[in-house]
Amino acid sequence: MLNLIDRRPSSRGKSAVNRERFLRRYKTHIQAAVKKMVGERRLADMENGGEVRVPTKDISEPSFGFGRGGDREFVLPGNREYVVGDRIERPQGGGGGGGNGSGGTGENEDSFVFSLSREEFMQIFFDDLELPNLARTEYGRTEQRTSTRAGFTRSGVPANLAIVRTVRQSLARRIALGGSIDRELAALEMAFGIASAIGHAQEAARIYDELQRLTRRRGKLPFIDEPDLRYRNRVFRPEPIARAVMFCLMDVSASMDEDKKDLAKRFFTLLYLFLTRKYGAVDLVFVRHTDDAEEVDEDTFFHDTRSGGTVVFSALDLADKIRAERYARGWNVYVAQASDGDAFGADPARSARFLREKLLPATRYYAYLELADPRSSDHPSSLWAEYERVAQASDNLAMKRASQRDQIYPVFRELFRKDSQ
Amino acid sequence: MSRNVISHGADWDFDLLERYDTAIAEVAADFKLDTYPNQIEVITSEQMLDAYASSGLPIGYPHWSYGKEFIRNEQAYRRGMQGLAYEIVINSSPCIAYLMEENTMTTQALVIAHACYGHNSFFKGNHLFRQWTDAEAILDYLVFARRYVMECEERYGAAAVEEVLDACHALMSNGVDRYRRPAAPTFKAETARLAAREAHRERQFNDLWRTVPEKVVDARKASGGIFPPEPQENILYFIEKFSPKLEPWQRELVRIVRKLAQYFHPQAQTKVMNEGWATFWHYTILNRLHEQGQVDDGFMIEFLKSHTNVTAQPSYDSKHYSGLNPYALGFAMFSDLRRICERPDAEDRAWFPAIAGSDWLTTLDFAMRNFKDESFIGQYLSPRLIREFHLFAIADHAEEDDLVIDSIHDERGYKRVRKLLAQQHSQEVRVPDVQVVRYDRDGDRSLTLRHHRHRGRPLTEATAEVLAHVRKLWGFPVRLETWENEARVDEAREWAA
Repeated sequence: MLNLIDRRPSSRGKSAVNRERFLRRYKTHIQAAVKKMVGERRLADMENGGEVRVPTKDISEPSFGFGRGGDREFVLPGNREYVVGDRIERPQGGGGGGGNGSGGTGENEDSFVFSLSREEFMQIFFDDLELPNLARTEYGRTEQRTSTRAGFTRSGVPANLAIVRTVRQSLARRIALGGSIDRELAALEMAFGIASAIGHAQEAARIYDELQRLTRRRGKLPFIDEPDLRYRNRVFRPEPIARAVMFCLMDVSASMDEDKKDLAKRFFTLLYLFLTRKYGAVDLVFVRHTDDAEEVDEDTFFHDTRSGGTVVFSALDLADKIRAERYARGWNVYVAQASDGDAFGADPARSARFLREKLLPATRYYAYLELADPRSSDHPSSLWAEYERVAQASDNLAMKRASQRDQIYPVFRELFRKDSQ
Repeated sequence: MSRNVISHGADWDFDLLERYDTAIAEVAADFKLDTYPNQIEVITSEQMLDAYASSGLPIGYPHWSYGKEFIRNEQAYRRGMQGLAYEIVINSSPCIAYLMEENTMTTQALVIAHACYGHNSFFKGNHLFRQWTDAEAILDYLVFARRYVMECEERYGAAAVEEVLDACHALMSNGVDRYRRPAAPTFKAETARLAAREAHRERQFNDLWRTVPEKVVDARKASGGIFPPEPQENILYFIEKFSPKLEPWQRELVRIVRKLAQYFHPQAQTKVMNEGWATFWHYTILNRLHEQGQVDDGFMIEFLKSHTNVTAQPSYDSKHYSGLNPYALGFAMFSDLRRICERPDAEDRAWFPAIAGSDWLTTLDFAMRNFKDESFIGQYLSPRLIREFHLFAIADHAEEDDLVIDSIHDERGYKRVRKLLAQQHSQEVRVPDVQVVRYDRDGDRSLTLRHHRHRGRPLTEATAEVLAHVRKLWGFPVRLETWENEARVDEAREWAA
């Protein structure tokens, strides 16, 4: 007897849980691979999944087995030229001398390669990262309220009538009120039957009247009565909000050569991906500056080229203006700035002062990334020195230097590491 | 062409599958194939990959190694380095066969004949499967195992469960019984035995023995103080029963892994036979269908192409070579066996006097039921096949610089090649002989394992890791000694905490 089953529609991805366990177990390997990938990738590919290699020896499952050495014989097929007593040079390094006839080939590669999906990649990419000092205490000042369901009420507008509930109530009421009548009716009917059977006409007539009366009463129970009505209830709840805005300030002046711009863009690409992935509601403001600052959209910010002199102050000033204009109240403000620190004259001091006095008090966190020249990375710039003084006096300014592609990701991670407490 | 052809073309549907199954079942019944009821499940390639990862089992407990297996197969498949099997068949009752939806009608028919009648009858008939697996119960046990493991994970944490499972998996191949343990005697049998013994003593009573001076023996020394009295080769079993530290739930996990290992044990022992048997029958059955005119020539050509692909045996120096192909060898042997029965020549009569000219169905049925790969090859590999496969044996000896050709397919070599090939399929060649010899119950509770080295073949470097796993399960120090020819050949290695 054949039993034919079409399993195609059911239970795909049975291995998903096992796959996920595997990834969790080899997280360190995968993280290392992701880090390396980020360093090597082109900006446009930053978001794709990628290939991960794990050394085979790290993921092998040990068991008792035979090593090389000792005496053995093995049988192979396809002899063409050998006769008894012929000698063959022992193959070096090969898996057990010419292949073991009883087994498969086994795994000869040194590493186990597999690909991460885009989601997995991004998850590992931004694992343990968080916007620092993100205060979730900004409870809705005014407008941030959501309407949620909260059971049922006895009063409301007809549009909110919960029909199923109402009918259920009515059914219960009708059973409750009609039950005793039904029982009486049944008893009377039986009595009526007996009375008419024994010919007790008077009694029968009386019972009949009573029956009529009860039946009428029974019929008068309304199908829906006022107390049955139920309405869906909705209440407004204040929504805890954590609205945040991130200002991205990038120096695109002439002293920022292509390498540095690439580094800066990398940094902001990471930041951008991170924010858009993790916080749907984060506003982003892109500001780039040479000797003059302008607000641009993200496409221009990442892809347009421009150059000129350097005035850092212009960018800070513009950022502060935008903040005061659009994000004055109820916002967590973040600023990330990338620059090579090549500022001249009074600019560094003025910028630092402006930062200390105006911008920093209004922001939750200010991250400054200095793109150092790889050849002279020991010399901090004048801007760095000025900022450092500010940083010593405040706790929401973080500064890092990077000069190589592969430093960007660690620096980024450090700046946005999740607070352990 | 007496009867009408079932279908033309490559497309299949459920109705056709059923009609093919009916036709194949009829032919199979003609050949007296005895099978479990069949359950055919059509699955997608994605689901096939899932099934691969869990060794074909429909239900498995979660473990990272299955994820690894899945990723490996998926990767190989996506890059086109590896095709997927047409089917997977599970030794259960009803016998479940998975068919891929991508298969053509011909392939589906091939697979039904191969899995649902070939493998199925092998599962039902072969003595190893009969002895070691309970086809009715395996699916329920898998469901239980999965639920139990998941409950443990919830209660004790996934990491704790994983640690135990990892350790058990390392010992899986040393966790099977090759011989059945005697069942514990029932109370009635035990009473009867004691009574019989008493009666025997009474019959033999002779008062003279009382006068013979008694040797004073220390009870502990008499048994050598050694536990277990007999070495135990099933390490997982010993750990499950005697580990001093395991919690009850951990013990149950050990048991689950051990049961699964035991379930797979017959499959590993009968790869050549099992595949050979199934291949022989799909070949025979489909040819019969063709003779009856139920399938057309196009069907046969496509079928023969798949069939030859499956039974191809590349020679050892080919780049396609990956060991002896069990399908090729098994199919050749069963076909050859039939030939020996039907058209024996002088050589066959000399080599197989008992079966040359006998009824082929009976002979094949006997062979299928009563052998495993090792004994099957030892018994039935004919000189003709050794010549056809050009089999030759190479000796790899430690004291020789080169490999030496030991024997080839000639008059002097047949027996030797056959013997070596049979040995090559024995369990001893795949799994080193490591046994529990001592559990120091009265001392430091350490466990001593003994590796019986054979012909100087050492263990791999992974041994240390395995022993670390044993140490985890055992909870007290674990020692490994290596012996060869009744003599100790190494310093004891110890794995303490």
